[in-house]
Amino acid sequence: MTEVFLIRGARLEGGDAVDLLVEGGVLAEVGRSLSRTGATVIDADGLVALPGLVDLHTHLREPGYEASETVLTGSRAAAAGGFTAVFAMPNTSPVADTAGVVEQELALGETAGFVTVQPIGAVTVGQKGERLAELGAMADSRARVRVFSDDGFCVWDPLIMRRALEYVKAFDGVIAQHAQDPRLTEGAQMNEGAVSAELGLAGWPAVAEESIIARDVLLAEHVGSRLHVCHLSTAGSVDIIRWAKRRGVNVTAEVTPHHLLLTDELARGYDASFKVNPPLRREEDVRAVREGLADGTIDIVATDHAPHPAEAKACEWPAAANGMVGLESALRVVQLAMVDTGLLSWGDVARVMSRTPARIGRLTRHGTPLTAGQPASLVLYDAAPTRTFSKADLHGRSVNSPYLGRELPGEVRWTLHDGVVTVADGTLLDEPGVRT
Amino acid sequence: MRHLLETKNLARADALEILDVAEDMADTQQREVKKLPTLRGKTVVNLFFEDSTRTRISFEAAAKRLSADVLNFSAKGSSVSKGESLQDTAQTLQAMGADAVVIRHGASGAPRTLATSGWITAGVVNAGDGTHEHPTQALLDAFTIRKRTYGADSRGRDLTGVKVTIVGDILHSRVARSNVWLLNTLGAQVTLVAPPTLVPQDVSAWPVRVLFDLDDAIADEPDALMMLRIQLERMNAAYFPTEREYSRRWGLDARRLAALTADSMVMHPGPMNRGLEISAEAADSTRSTVLDQVTNGVSVRMAVLYLLLAGERGERNHDERGDAR
Amino acid sequence: MSARTVLHAADIARALTRISHEILESNKGPDGLVLLGIPTRGVTLANRIATLIGEFSGVAVPVGALDVTMYRDDLHRHPTRSPQRTSIPAGGIDGRVVVLVDDVLFSGRSIRSALDALQDIGRPAAVRLATLIDRGHRELPIRPDFVGKNLPSASDERVNVRLAEVDGEEFVTIEGADS
Repeated sequence: MTEVFLIRGARLEGGDAVDLLVEGGVLAEVGRSLSRTGATVIDADGLVALPGLVDLHTHLREPGYEASETVLTGSRAAAAGGFTAVFAMPNTSPVADTAGVVEQELALGETAGFVTVQPIGAVTVGQKGERLAELGAMADSRARVRVFSDDGFCVWDPLIMRRALEYVKAFDGVIAQHAQDPRLTEGAQMNEGAVSAELGLAGWPAVAEESIIARDVLLAEHVGSRLHVCHLSTAGSVDIIRWAKRRGVNVTAEVTPHHLLLTDELARGYDASFKVNPPLRREEDVRAVREGLADGTIDIVATDHAPHPAEAKACEWPAAANGMVGLESALRVVQLAMVDTGLLSWGDVARVMSRTPARIGRLTRHGTPLTAGQPASLVLYDAAPTRTFSKADLHGRSVNSPYLGRELPGEVRWTLHDGVVTVADGTLLDEPGVRT
Repeated sequence: MRHLLETKNLARADALEILDVAEDMADTQQREVKKLPTLRGKTVVNLFFEDSTRTRISFEAAAKRLSADVLNFSAKGSSVSKGESLQDTAQTLQAMGADAVVIRHGASGAPRTLATSGWITAGVVNAGDGTHEHPTQALLDAFTIRKRTYGADSRGRDLTGVKVTIVGDILHSRVARSNVWLLNTLGAQVTLVAPPTLVPQDVSAWPVRVLFDLDDAIADEPDALMMLRIQLERMNAAYFPTEREYSRRWGLDARRLAALTADSMVMHPGPMNRGLEISAEAADSTRSTVLDQVTNGVSVRMAVLYLLLAGERGERNHDERGDAR
Repeated sequence: MSARTVLHAADIARALTRISHEILESNKGPDGLVLLGIPTRGVTLANRIATLIGEFSGVAVPVGALDVTMYRDDLHRHPTRSPQRTSIPAGGIDGRVVVLVDDVLFSGRSIRSALDALQDIGRPAAVRLATLIDRGHRELPIRPDFVGKNLPSASDERVNVRLAEVDGEEFVTIEGADS
């Protein structure tokens, strides 16, 4: 039995203030001057109401790497960031390449209860790039997998990529490619450019991402498949996607919050908090991906939340792991980089962080409009404050964030998942729906 | 000076100070008693994660000539090969009372991570980190060039107008990088020569001229020609087709040696691949500064250790007079 | 600033003349002498004494500089000092009579450092000490052989020596700690 909430005066996707009545897990009514006896009133004056955020790219690390994160701790971090659904990448141990593992992940997410955890299945067995995994079995399983990825690794063999693209058409699946030519990036540590030349760190050239994307959009066109490009990071990649969409290729692309804000200059000083794959790029690339997100060439924001234990980051750069946690900071960074700069409206934010990722992942109960009868999965966000991001803002098991000590705007005030409160009045609850 | 990590940020005044103190150190090495009591009671740890007998011995000699105690830690067969982290290794040494840590590591940036991490309070000297920097090598190279050029008149002088050409695997060379920054700071003109595959993709911001042809570079009459060691593993990663081709196009052979002007010096940081990047004639000629570089290395490292350890830990003070008697 | 002048330029000149004669007298002539000044002003004084000895004896006595920074026992209590140049005249110091020259003798620690430095350079037949000012307060058993002026002082007073070649002016003053 869920609580009845009356949300008063929320600015719907940044627009006019409305009241929302939440009952039985759905939006019972949306309008002005609503009233309801027995309802818990939430004063949302000045807050922006967005559909619950959907992250198409999260690493929950369970099974196998529970020292970094578990489905429970990752779900809590997601709820704290205003998310109501996350897609869990399969680079776990064992790899999520069978129906059994994806169903286990689904169950763990349901038990945790903070967000909807939708497993992503691996494209190839063990993500080794040699043989297709049982994609059909994963699609038919209770986890109803539709997104497949070898993320962490590139599906490099063009023949395997072709087959995968073709095969998933049978169940409306999509291949999400981590575009990185392995031969051009052996031992790579950071973006190849002026900074890497100076720092003596092996370079990860932009062309290693762009050449794979170029190949994949042509393959997708040839076989008539959907393609999704993970964590797009370079100006050249944006140009290729723009060209491909003009040709009518059914391709979607995502960008991470950190690629919207941070550059490779941060590698100076060798602080591995800034080591990530794909690496932070140049100022020109940050500008290009911002424009790409603004004009729709890039369809969504996805966090690539990648937790790592302290010893994997507090060491010399070449020995450090790649990755940043990003669930708690995502909306705030998007506000800083895109809304406060006038490139996106809050309505656009709803599109790129909720509606479109849900659509790409074929997740039906998320990214839905905030209208009567729809699921009550939403976030109430205060865009006004500016606070220094600190470990107190992190709720997962790991603290490898590049924003520690940086001023970020905004604050998630309330998150509701199917009508159940997970974040109440700025505080992440210990248990969903239970407030003391 | 709290640490010496790189030459990129080494100010001209500080660089000249190191070179001039090295002159004083070099003078003491001409005496019968080559030892000075200056760093008595200080402990210098050589923390070498990469094999390097020559550099380690040079630092060891420098520390011992100043009467410091030296502890040598080499990674092979140590706890590091069993997976001990840089943090734990460094803190163990600090707990044993290290005042300075001279670190050579295969990872670019490791000395900076060590110096800024808060794990240790000892001063850090970078003895070579990955492909990033090797500041004492550049300092001894600059000292050598200055000495050969100005002789007894070297003190206080920089290298304005001196033309230095560096030849070899620039992409992977920490010696090249450190020399580029330091030589530029001291006013020298730097030219780099390499096969295109061994030049970093973007050196547009570097204060250098880049050439692919060694004969053109030699025709330009450099005052110093610095040959870098070529690692044969690079051949397997397709940086150049064969040793033979590399040697023909970028090696300092007898013909090129003869084309150098009378006063030009030939340098090499060592160890040399005789017959590959440098011919035996070039290595053994009177132009060769290779052995001077080794000798000067001890003086320069004595100067660095002195400036790092002799004073109270903290701010530098250039006051030379007003001392209490 | 209550600085009191204890020596004017003429006084300094007379003192150095007397010291030069005393050195020649005690050494029974100029042979075997080597003058080593302790930087900075000790070197200036050593050069002047060498010139005077040259005038009086007709012999050019070797003169050089001995920097003692590396031999000090108090390095770690001060910010890092830059060493000055040591230059030992050709012919060295073995078997010679080395006269150390300094401007102010105070605790004696600089001279102790100088003796250690000499030991690493060679084996002089004898070492003598000439100082322009002896202000007392010795902390070690060091005594000068040739003194320009004995200057009783409080240990917290400052003795300032200025020489034309180094400072552009010429005098010796003493000033109290509260000035």
